[in-house]
Amino acid sequence: MLTSPRFMFRLGAFTAIAAACSFGAMSAAATDITGAGSSFVYPVISKWSASYAEKTGNRVNYQSIGSGGGIAQIKAGTVDFGASDIPLDEATLDKFGMGQFPDVIGGIVPAFNVPGVAAGKLVLDGPTLAAIFLGNISTWNDPAIAALNPGLKLPSTKITVVHRSDGSGTTFNFSDYLSKVSADWKSKVGEGSAINWPTGIGGKGNEGVAAYIRQIPNSIGYVEYAYALQNHIGYAVMKNAAGKVVEPKTSTFQAAADTADWAHAKNFNLLMTNAPGADAWPITATSWVIMYKQPKNATNGKVTFDFFKWAYANGQEQARSLDYVPLPPSLVTQIENYWKTEFKQ
Amino acid sequence: MSSIPATDLASDAEQRSRIDARHDRWFRWLLMFCALLVLATLLGAALSTLWGGREVLFKDGFRFLTSDAWNPVTDDYGALAPIFGTLVTSLIALLLAVPVSFGIALFLTEIAPAWLRSPVATAIELLASIPSIIYGMWGLFVFVPFMASIEPALSDTLGKLPLVGKLFQGPPLGLGLLTAGIVLAVMILPFICSVMREVFQTVPVRLKESSYALGSTTWEVVWDIVLPYTRSAVIGGVFLGLGRALGETMAVTFVLGNAYSISSSLLMPGTSISSSIANEFNEAVGTHRSALIALGFLLFVVTFVVLLIARLMLRQLARREGN
Repeated sequence: MLTSPRFMFRLGAFTAIAAACSFGAMSAAATDITGAGSSFVYPVISKWSASYAEKTGNRVNYQSIGSGGGIAQIKAGTVDFGASDIPLDEATLDKFGMGQFPDVIGGIVPAFNVPGVAAGKLVLDGPTLAAIFLGNISTWNDPAIAALNPGLKLPSTKITVVHRSDGSGTTFNFSDYLSKVSADWKSKVGEGSAINWPTGIGGKGNEGVAAYIRQIPNSIGYVEYAYALQNHIGYAVMKNAAGKVVEPKTSTFQAAADTADWAHAKNFNLLMTNAPGADAWPITATSWVIMYKQPKNATNGKVTFDFFKWAYANGQEQARSLDYVPLPPSLVTQIENYWKTEFKQ
Repeated sequence: MSSIPATDLASDAEQRSRIDARHDRWFRWLLMFCALLVLATLLGAALSTLWGGREVLFKDGFRFLTSDAWNPVTDDYGALAPIFGTLVTSLIALLLAVPVSFGIALFLTEIAPAWLRSPVATAIELLASIPSIIYGMWGLFVFVPFMASIEPALSDTLGKLPLVGKLFQGPPLGLGLLTAGIVLAVMILPFICSVMREVFQTVPVRLKESSYALGSTTWEVVWDIVLPYTRSAVIGGVFLGLGRALGETMAVTFVLGNAYSISSSLLMPGTSISSSIANEFNEAVGTHRSALIALGFLLFVVTFVVLLIARLMLRQLARREGN
């Protein structure tokens, strides 16, 4: 009898006491802000929000409903901020009087399962990766792969391509990278959060792709770096735009964010894929926080800025613990300038 | 004791019957309201999916049904691949589940010793209550590797046959139309089986005993007495299972491979209407979203057509019976 009056009374009393305790610890009145969007940033925002609530008493409720949903919610004004893996263009931002800025960085890695080839030993470059995902390279011992991997014994088996079946920012960044490095990919497939895959099978979410790669020998796919790391999936290393072979790790992701041409990208409307830096990981991604320049609820707007300021300054360790990469200081400075000029904060 | 005047009695009875009539009327309205609610919900759902999909349906018209393209980048959509996947997986599921459930139901009602009947019947009902996501996980982590291990043998034997050989040729991925069909068969089997068991129990013992007395074998009793007696209910049970197979989402998404392709081989990946919607709805905007909602409308249409065929089949059977 969970709903007996006595139980309800106890529950009520308990809640009241708990609320009184937490209010006692808080400074003045607490504000609840809400955000919605990208599932890519959900783990880190929820971790930040817990610590931020401890510090200030202000709570951030973030709903991981997908980037498309996040954009729709902020346009409708039902949330204080939206988060999207795909940046909005200038016309849309101006039309709604909104601005956007990056929040945290993550990497996307090609993950593979080839019997006899150890994790991190396979080297790939952009054009080869595009040819594999186009179905033009269909066996592992193809001359293009062999040329990048002298000394590696590659089997003659067929390659099974695994991609995301759900629309996702990961797919958006991955296909954007392939479009940048392969004209063939750009004309035949293009870029988007869901695309028309020329070949392969689709797994739902990072976990679906990872499960397929684990189970199907001689397969290759792409997953978020954090996911590959936490689940011990073998990933390939990539030859980047500067021609250097780099491993996916914090320093190469930051190098990509550092060397990307943010200064000339209005509203940070720039994808970091194929960044020019010598040490840059070629498939590095971020997601954008989207806000109104004149928020309907001024208090909530202020708290939202305060939250992200706090996160840039204090949230780095937590981001790292979840295998995200904090924004490099140079980018944080640019974002703070952007806040001053665009948001008058 | 003074007697109650007759006129009072009459008017009491009249009043009583008036009140009864009124209550009856209310009751009728209440029941009608409940029934209409179902109709209104169904109609509302169908119309709102039609409305949501209007952008694509008006733009592409009939081409939406016949095109196998699905390209969110160029906003070019066709529903042929998902419809194909939905129908093929459901058909495989029915082909496997119907004979097996028939066998189980017969065994339980005609042959099994009494002590075995209720444990097996309970087990089947438990099978029906397993959430579909569990079937999906089981399919992905247990059944897909198993299928991958037997698919080479399948290609070498069945794949060499004339005519049907094409159906069993392909890479041994473990995923695909066949795997999805088998998982669906396991999922719909308990539904079909428990309906069959229930109706087989309603066959009068007298009829069966008479047939046995005339020297029939068990099979003859089943085929000539039990089945004709319960035919319409059995078909109803089969279509209940088919309805579930057509709309099943999560389990199929896990094992179907989610590729927009139409392939002659059952070992190749495909996609289904409901799994396409579940996969892509979250991040879909504009025309893409409209195309997915239109797919939802098509699922209504497909289900409706299938039920219509069931009705026609029943009518045909009834007519033949009459002759």
